Formats: sequence, structure tokens, C-alpha cells
Amino acid sequence: MSRGRIWLLSASLVNLLFLYLPIAVLILFSFNASRLSATWQGFTFRWYLALVEDQALLAAVHNSLLVAAVSTSLATILGVSAAVGMERLSSRRRRIVEGALLLPLVIPEVMLGVALLLFFVMVELPLSLVTVTIGHVVWNVPIVAIITRARLQKLDPRLEEAALDLGATPWQAFRRVTLPLLTPAIIGAVLMAFTLSLDDFIVTFFTAGPGSTTLPLQVYSMVKSGVSPEINALSAILVLISMALIGLSLVLQRQRN
Amino acid sequence: MLLWMGIFFILPLLVMLAVSFAGRGTYGGVEWTFSLTNYAQLFDPLYLRIYGRSLALALATTTLCLLLGYPLAYSIARAPVRWQGVWLLLVMIPFWTNFLVRTYAWMFILRTEGLMNQLLINLGVISQPIELLYSDWAILIGLVYGYVPFMVLPLYAAMERLDSSVVEAAWDLYATSWSVFWRVLLPLTKPGVVAGCILVFIPSLGAFITPDLLGGAKSMMVGNLIQHEYLVVRDWPLGSAISFSLMALVLLGVLAYFKTDGRLDRFEGGG
Amino acid sequence: MNTLQKRQWLAALLCLASLSACPTTPEDGPRKSPTLYYFTWSDYVSPELIAEFEKQAGVKVVVDTFGSNEELLAKLQAGATGYDVAVPSDFMVSIMARQGLLAELELEQIPNAKLLAERLQRLPFDPDNRYSIPYLWGTVGIGYDSNVISRQPDSWTVLWDPRYKGKISMLNDQREVFGVALRVMGQSLNSRDPAVIVQAKAKLLSQKPLVKTYTSENYDQLLISGEVALAHGWGGAVARAMAERPSIKYVVPKEGGTIWSDCLVVLKTSRNRELATRFINYLLDPTVAARTTNRLLFASSNRQAKALVDEQLRENPAVYPLDSTFDRLEWMADLGEAIRLYDRAWTELKMQ
Repeated sequence: MSRGRIWLLSASLVNLLFLYLPIAVLILFSFNASRLSATWQGFTFRWYLALVEDQALLAAVHNSLLVAAVSTSLATILGVSAAVGMERLSSRRRRIVEGALLLPLVIPEVMLGVALLLFFVMVELPLSLVTVTIGHVVWNVPIVAIITRARLQKLDPRLEEAALDLGATPWQAFRRVTLPLLTPAIIGAVLMAFTLSLDDFIVTFFTAGPGSTTLPLQVYSMVKSGVSPEINALSAILVLISMALIGLSLVLQRQRN
Repeated sequence: MLLWMGIFFILPLLVMLAVSFAGRGTYGGVEWTFSLTNYAQLFDPLYLRIYGRSLALALATTTLCLLLGYPLAYSIARAPVRWQGVWLLLVMIPFWTNFLVRTYAWMFILRTEGLMNQLLINLGVISQPIELLYSDWAILIGLVYGYVPFMVLPLYAAMERLDSSVVEAAWDLYATSWSVFWRVLLPLTKPGVVAGCILVFIPSLGAFITPDLLGGAKSMMVGNLIQHEYLVVRDWPLGSAISFSLMALVLLGVLAYFKTDGRLDRFEGGG
Repeated sequence: MNTLQKRQWLAALLCLASLSACPTTPEDGPRKSPTLYYFTWSDYVSPELIAEFEKQAGVKVVVDTFGSNEELLAKLQAGATGYDVAVPSDFMVSIMARQGLLAELELEQIPNAKLLAERLQRLPFDPDNRYSIPYLWGTVGIGYDSNVISRQPDSWTVLWDPRYKGKISMLNDQREVFGVALRVMGQSLNSRDPAVIVQAKAKLLSQKPLVKTYTSENYDQLLISGEVALAHGWGGAVARAMAERPSIKYVVPKEGGTIWSDCLVVLKTSRNRELATRFINYLLDPTVAARTTNRLLFASSNRQAKALVDEQLRENPAVYPLDSTFDRLEWMADLGEAIRLYDRAWTELKMQ
């Protein structure tokens, strides 16, 4: 048992190291004096100071977070209800829906982007952050549904039936029994949808309207001038703030206990 | 949900399906003439080689993600409940930074005078720096890095509810950790494995920035090809035709898997 | 169950409705001052120049960005509207004009257009500046490290020199890469002759083993870190590398190469052409243009601006091409259907 544990723990640690290695490099280079960050040229806070002044970049970050938050919430509602709804279908129909759900993931982003743009123009929906959000929801719904279903398949349907027998309405049964059991999957799905939305470039590019630039749009179009170390600084701040928030929530939790 | 997907997904898709049968306008755009030439072009041996390469890389990526992600997801699922959320967040936070910046960081690590070579030389594994960047290995590292969380999350979702007494009993029953894993853990977590593999395999099949930046753009992947047709050659019809056949192939594969795999149905129980 | 789903649909629709109610679209918002929507490459204009224009004209400027000419075209072609001024490159100007995406300029409202450098007047893609005015421009050449390559290379053939195997980077751009081979063969880089293009492919195939990477993005970094000693690339990017590592030099080889210019255009769907025209005139002002060049390291099209640019940039051939190179430079033209030939050859080059 203990040999297995040790092996498991070290495998996980190696994995985390792998995940954070580039992040460490990225944070290091946010302090690099050289604009092109190819080699170490000395320590500077310049990029952090520039960041505070850069209104365009900050507005883009704001847009990105907004789109990610809204599209994740919408996709979670739609995706979870899809996953739950699918359970009640006959197995043949379920397979069809299952296949259809995968479609948005299989579609190359550039085609999805162009298709959505053509469609929005056709129905005369003005391009804006709303259309960007709609685009993100399109591929976030299947992701939420797939993750939720992976867990739902392991749930015992008798639990919900028992609740119904005890006189709960279907909504109560869902809310009090099924939903809490699904929580871990939903958390995972939310994290994933949020992350994908935060980093999407192509679909966003085609569906964005004037004035709705997101962070990836800003970064990807820096081809002519080279990606600025400000982006490194921004990424570093984002990582550190997230970490700090986690730490804070842990402390609060401990106090409550 | 069906309404939403119907409006914002199926309708735009139908537009593109129509486009895939049309012809390319001389200055880009679409000329509305019906033809099957776009689909006929797909069987060009040159393109078939591109598909083959992409398929191989996507399979390798999925396998590696599974090997890396499984133990991590398992540790998270076994951790005290209070810590599980924290661990999950720790897995995802690196991906809240910008993709390009992350990829550049990998280029810095892998290049000739980069961290990795220095480390290997100091450890005495190699005596001369080796070419890590601009190779298929670099592409593979980049793809695995990009998609590991997509494996971890569904796996965790499937594992979290595992009854620990079942696992304990398995330890009593089988002597080696290998057989515990193979006969008990894996079958029990199968839906998670399937979901994770789908979520990793599909996007890595269509990846195009990673192969260009880390692989040195010396060969093409399906993702590059589609991007190229849309945005360089400005041939939307051909790009759409390639996209649709790619979609059809992946869907057929996944559906065939669901169909032949009776065990999955058994696990789904009464539904 | 059904009620459950209905409720969730309702919730979703409510969310969507409340979203749509947000005044995020340009028309809906309360309009205090007129707004100009500028569609350009990221980091392609300095924020303080934009701020000065906003103050001076009493307007708001919203900057949106694209990453390639083709992205710009695809987006506008599919019908995206709302942008006033854009910055396509030369060949894209003619495509966009033919697609009817551009508005005709009112040149009398743009007095600074008269200060266009002589070399940039009567350009083949828009000889009378009906739709576009050149803004920033430059050449494609070789950036090299003079510590490694001791003698100044004067020919593109240095990129075929086996001594520099693994020390060469090429642009990841089919037209530019084929352009090099075609010029070496003494052909036009706009050649439409299938036999010539096949020959060019063979030439590039023989070069491929020497190439470390095809990239259009970070070859400046590769030059600085010494990963490559020869980089096929745009002058401005090489100029950035020079600022970090003085041993880096730039040359346009004797066979000649591409000259490019990004141009200011007013889009046909612009709802505020008068303001768009004023903005273009502002960007072309000699002082404004010179400050743009100082920041971006791309040459300005304004002939009076050159005198106001930092001296070392003025003398830098990567920023301001030498007079002696001009007769060897060629504009890239849109090839129409012949692009298929390049496309095929490029894919074959990549897959071997």
C-alpha cells in the first residue's frame, strides 16, 4: 500500500512541476529588462508599472473576465441540464444526442468563427461582447455536458427515485439529491469552461464587435511589434492573485471550523 | 439547451455545409456554384499524409495525457475534501495565463541553450546540447502540456465518488497495485477516461499554433491545413470541406466506440 | 422533468435577455462624444498619440486589433461592420477595393497626403490614392549576426550555405519564402508560371534541411539569443533585434526582394467618414508620423517625417531602406487563381 502511495504522490508532484515550470519561467521574465525577453538583461519593475498605465490592456482583461464569467455560467446551466436530460432518453436517442454534442468540439475553430459571423450578420445581430459570449457558450456547453455525464453515469438512479417516493417534487429531488452529488463534476466543468473561454482567440476574433477586444485578441495581434513583456507581467499577476485568493479562502475556512 | 444549440450552432453549421459545396471566388469569398470537387480533393495523397501525421500525434498526446493525468486525478480525488478544490484550482491556474506567453516560455526551456539542455548536461545525461525545440518531441510536449487539465478534470469527476471501501477490498483481494488498477480502478473510472480522452484527442487533432511555434512549422497538421485554406489561400469552400470530413471521421470513430463497447452500457445501468 | 427543463430554459433565456440589454453595442450607448473605431495591428500606434488626438478632436478612439491581412479581410467580407479606419497592407488594399469594402478618400481633406515620400507615390495597387494612403512601410531582407557571418552577405544564396545549417530561420509565409527562391532564379516574385514555381519548390526543398524553423513571429528573439545567425524577415523586427544586440545587421540582397506598405483606408460601412478622414490626416502629420516611427521602428511614409526621426533610425537600413536598393524591390501582387500553384507547392514543401 505505502509503496503505491509514494509512487502516486511522486507522480502527482512531477505532474504539478511540469504544469508550473513554464509559469515560473514566465514570471521570471516579467522582471527582465529586455523588451524582447530572449535573454536575461537585468531586473526591472518597468513592465508592471507600464501595465498599470495601459488602459487598453486593462479594458481587454476586463472584457475577457466578463465574457468568461458569463459564458461559463450560461454554459453550466445549459450543459448540466443537457446531461441530466439525456439520462431520461432512450439509449438510441441518447447516442444521437451524444454524437451531436461532440460536434462543436470537433469543428475547427476557424470554421466555427466564420460560420457564427456569417450567421450573426444574416440575422442582423450587432457584433459585440454579447455575440462573443454566445460563441463561447457554443463550445462550452458540450464540455460541461461531457464532464457532468461522466459522473452522472456513476450515480445510482435509485437515490433520486427514493426522493420522489418520499414525496419530493422532481425539482426538489433534483436540487436536493442529484445536484449535490453532481457538484464535483460541475466544479471541474466550470473550471474548464472558464479557462477555455479566457484563452480563446479565433472564435472571439470573428464574433467580436468594435470595442470588444479581449486579452487574447490583443496578444495575438502583436505579431508586428513582438509580444510585450507586459503580458508576462499581467500573467504573473493573474497567477499570484489566484493563488492568494485560494490561500485566503483556506484561512477563512479554517477560522470557521 | 437544444433550442440554443439549434439556433447558434446547427444553423451556422448548415451555412458552412452549403459553403463546402460551393466554389472559391477569385479574390476569396464564395461563389455559389454546386460542385463536389472540394470533397474530391480531400483524397489527394498529399492530404492523406497530413491526416495520418495529425492522427498519430493526437493519439500520442492522448496517451501521454492519460498516463500523466490519471495519477494526479486519483491523488486529488483521494485528498481530504477540503483540499480537493484547492488542488483542482492549482491544476487550472497555469492556464489562466496567455497561451502565446506559455508557449514562448516552453520555447525558452527547450531551446539549445535553454534550461532543459543545461539540466541534462549538468546531470551528465548528455555531453552536447541536443536539438529539443523544433522537433516532433517539442510539439508533443506542448500539446500534452496544453491538454493535461482536460484529462484531469473529467477523471477527477468520475473518481471522486469512488467508494474507498471498494478499493480497500480490492487491495485485500489482489496482491499487486497493477491488478488493483487494472481490474478495479480502471473499469470503475471508465466514463471519466472516455470523456477525458475525447476532450484531449479532439482539440489536439485540430491544433495549429503549437505545431508551428514548437515544431518550427516544418510540416503541416490538419489544423494548419484548415487554417491555411481559410486565411492564407482564402478558399472557404475547401476549408469547410476538410472540416466536415474531419468532423465526420471523428464522430464515426467515437460512435463506433460507443456501439462496440457493451461494457459502457452496462455501467449506465437503468438510466 | 419537463417542468424542470422548461424552468432552466427560462432562466437561460432571462440571462441572455439581460445580457442583450447591456449597452455594449456602439449604437445603444449614450453618446457623449463621437467615437472613431480604428481596426489595426496590435501595438501599431502609440497610446499617447491616440490620447492626443482624442483631446484635440474632442472624440473617443476605440482601437481593435487583427493579426493578419487575411483575418481582416475574412472578417469584413463576412459582413462585420462598425469600423471606420483600417490598416491593410498593399496587396490587400487592391483586394478590398475590388470587393467594394473601401470608401473613396476625400484627398482634399487630407492635406498631409501631399507629403508622401516620392518612392511611395503612384504605387501599383492604388496609383491615384483613391482608396488608400501608405502609412508605414519597409522591406524584407536578411537579418544576420556579424559575429558569426564575417563577410556581409550580398546574396540570398547565403541561405543555402551548408556552413550555416541549423542557423537559419525563414518566414512562415508562402509568398515570402517562394519570393526568395524566385528572385534567386531571376524571376519575378509574382510569377504565375507553373514550371517556374515547381523549380522554385525544388530549390526550397534543397534548403529545407538547413532551416531551423519557419517563423514569422519571434525571429528577432532567435537572433538576439544566437539561436539563428541568419533570419529571413521584415526590417522592423530585425531593427528591434539590433537595439538589443549591436552585432546584428540587416541587408537586402542584390537579387532584390519584397517592399511592403501598410496603408490607411476608410471602410465603406464607416458611419463617420468625416472623422475617419481627419484621423488619417492626423496620423500622417510629420511630427506624429516621426513619433510613430521612433516607437515602432517602421519607416513613415511622410517625407518630412524622416528628418524628425531619431538619427540612428534614419541611418538604419532595416528601418529606412537605402536608396541604392530601390530598383531591386518588388511589390507583392494578389495572384488570383494562381495562388493555388503556390499553395500546392508550399504544402508539398512542408510535407517532405
